[in-house]
Amino acid sequence: MAEIHLNKVHKSYGADEVLHGVDWHIRDGEFVVIVGPSGCGKSTLLRMIAGLEGISQGEISIGERVVNDLEPAERDIAMVFQNYALYPHMSVYNNMAYGLKIKGIAKDEIEKRVNRTAEILEIRDYLKRSPRQLSGGQRQRVAMGRAIVREPSVFLFDEPLSNLDAKLRVQMRLEIKKLQERLGITSVYVTHDQVEAMTLGHRLMVLNGGYVEQLGTPIELYERPATAFVAGFIGSPSMNFLDAKISEDGKKAVFPGGDALDLPGDLAKHANHRVTVGMRPEHLQVDEGKSETTSQTVQVVEHLGADTLVHGTFGSGNSDLIVRLKGIRTIGKGEVLPLAIDPRNIHVFDPDSGKRLDS
Amino acid sequence: MVEHRPIVTFVSHLVLIFGVAIIAFPIWITFVASTHEAARMVQIPLPLLPGDQFFKNLELTLFKGLEGAGAPPVGFMMVNSLVMALMIAVGKIAISLISAFAIVYFKFPFRMGFFWMIFITLMLPVEVRILPTFEVVANLGMLNTYWGLSIPLIASATATFMFRQVFLTIPDELLEAARIDGAGPMRFFVDILIPLSRTNIAALFVILFIYGWNQYLWPLLVTTDQSMYTVVMGIKQMLEAAEQSPDWHQIMMTSLLAMLPPVFVVVFMQRLFVRGLTETEK
Ligand SMILES: Nc1ncnc2c1ncn2[C@@H]1O[C@H](COP(=O)(O)OP(=O)(O)O)[C@@H](O)[C@H]1O
Ligand SMILES: [Mg+2]
Repeated sequence: MAEIHLNKVHKSYGADEVLHGVDWHIRDGEFVVIVGPSGCGKSTLLRMIAGLEGISQGEISIGERVVNDLEPAERDIAMVFQNYALYPHMSVYNNMAYGLKIKGIAKDEIEKRVNRTAEILEIRDYLKRSPRQLSGGQRQRVAMGRAIVREPSVFLFDEPLSNLDAKLRVQMRLEIKKLQERLGITSVYVTHDQVEAMTLGHRLMVLNGGYVEQLGTPIELYERPATAFVAGFIGSPSMNFLDAKISEDGKKAVFPGGDALDLPGDLAKHANHRVTVGMRPEHLQVDEGKSETTSQTVQVVEHLGADTLVHGTFGSGNSDLIVRLKGIRTIGKGEVLPLAIDPRNIHVFDPDSGKRLDS
Repeated sequence: MVEHRPIVTFVSHLVLIFGVAIIAFPIWITFVASTHEAARMVQIPLPLLPGDQFFKNLELTLFKGLEGAGAPPVGFMMVNSLVMALMIAVGKIAISLISAFAIVYFKFPFRMGFFWMIFITLMLPVEVRILPTFEVVANLGMLNTYWGLSIPLIASATATFMFRQVFLTIPDELLEAARIDGAGPMRFFVDILIPLSRTNIAALFVILFIYGWNQYLWPLLVTTDQSMYTVVMGIKQMLEAAEQSPDWHQIMMTSLLAMLPPVFVVVFMQRLFVRGLTETEK
């Protein structure tokens, strides 16, 4: 059990800086997820915590110890790799036992621990097999087993599910979550998949190009994204972004076609400024006879069964807009849907810096 | 492309049989010669079918040898050859494994410099550097020793390159997993790299054993003492036996015996050998 402190952590490869100062306090027993697009530095950060990459600047501590100069094996961590990295010439049992053997743990204690872990992960039947003889999902379990059996104070996961097929991924995701709750071990999980991040993490770090965009719980990120990047990254289909201007009194967003929407608060200090307005597809609903606020001209309709995705253009302008309606709707092409949105679900961002604008 | 016309089958078999005959016929003659008495082997025409002296010749060659030619019993020379070939094969593999390990997994000053130095030794086989090497071996007092026979042949750029290629195919994540498991460099080398190179080591062993066994020029130079003669140079020695016609039955028996160990090595290690040269998945 341990907390992790990241203190102004930088990473450079030669002259290239790929992480520009990360601060984070991960609490004991917490499950946190680092999420971001490919190449944003997620793995690099995780590997710095693991000790597989040097720390160019700043400090990382695990528990009470600053670990900057400690070898991976001395950091009391365990890591699950994307490609599992099982030792191909060792049986499943030996894969799990190898680290314990090196630590000099007694043979019968090793056997007890491996068996107990194998029990938890339901891989007892494969202990004698070699990794070659296992399916992807089974290898994944063995890789987790190898981490669990060490009884570390921190688990590190680097996209552990991305080599599995979609169905197995959902199933393993749930298992990882249950397992972490059961063991209560501080875990850092890296993924590029926002659904995985939202479902697994107690808290998330959204990374973009080596900068931390936002830290927060999944609900905070969804309800109050700090930047347009986070707003667009979290949620599927992605948030609609529309160019607009704040009205004179700061109470409305006015769109190029002349439409206007009420804002959640008073943005008078940004009056007459250009802004980006964000609205999630699921927050736009068909206005049933109430005062219509805006509309959508329908182009394409996609039926997902539980939901219907309507693609079209916003109001009287020609910006793209996606709306997600509950249930099955019969909507024809060219139809004009009257739409309403609760002002509290409207997000306003600075078009240049991408930062959220609040009253 | 698979053809089923009989003429194609016929011609391809003909070619194959012809090829086999070219290779097999001299070996057959060697075998036949080793089964006759000395006197029969100097009569024309030479026999094409085996005689009945095989076991007698075998015993004579193995345990007594050609006394007149100043060669020790062939059994003795075979032991020398075996020791030399094993020392060369094992030594080459050990040195190349370690140097490839250093080049692939460690950062040290002039790493590429060392790499190229090893590369350059490809251009300097024993035959090219034979005089200076002889000088060194002589000054170290290693003439007429197993060390003198094998050490100068041990350094191997080819094997170093092969292991370097093998190590480069091993995913980095494996090294990282081992580091997290607490394995230091030597543990990683012994517990993970060597087992993963197992089949390559076997393939290389076959090639190097044969290379060592067939050495001729170098043993000829560094051994003056009969007790250190190797079988391959011994054959030549027997041919040069002065003041008498060559004892073909014994010479051929010796050749036959000299061929056997490489054949055994290939046959017993064939499975690993093929896997070592073709396997790509790690
Ligand atoms: N060993 C390295 N040398 C130079 N640049 C690297 C190295 N490893 C990663 N990078 C760069 O660092 C950035 C972040 O990489 P990474 O952490 O692997 O991204 P991801 O978020 O996809 O896991 C990338 O731009 C990558 O090109
Ligand atoms: Mg990555």
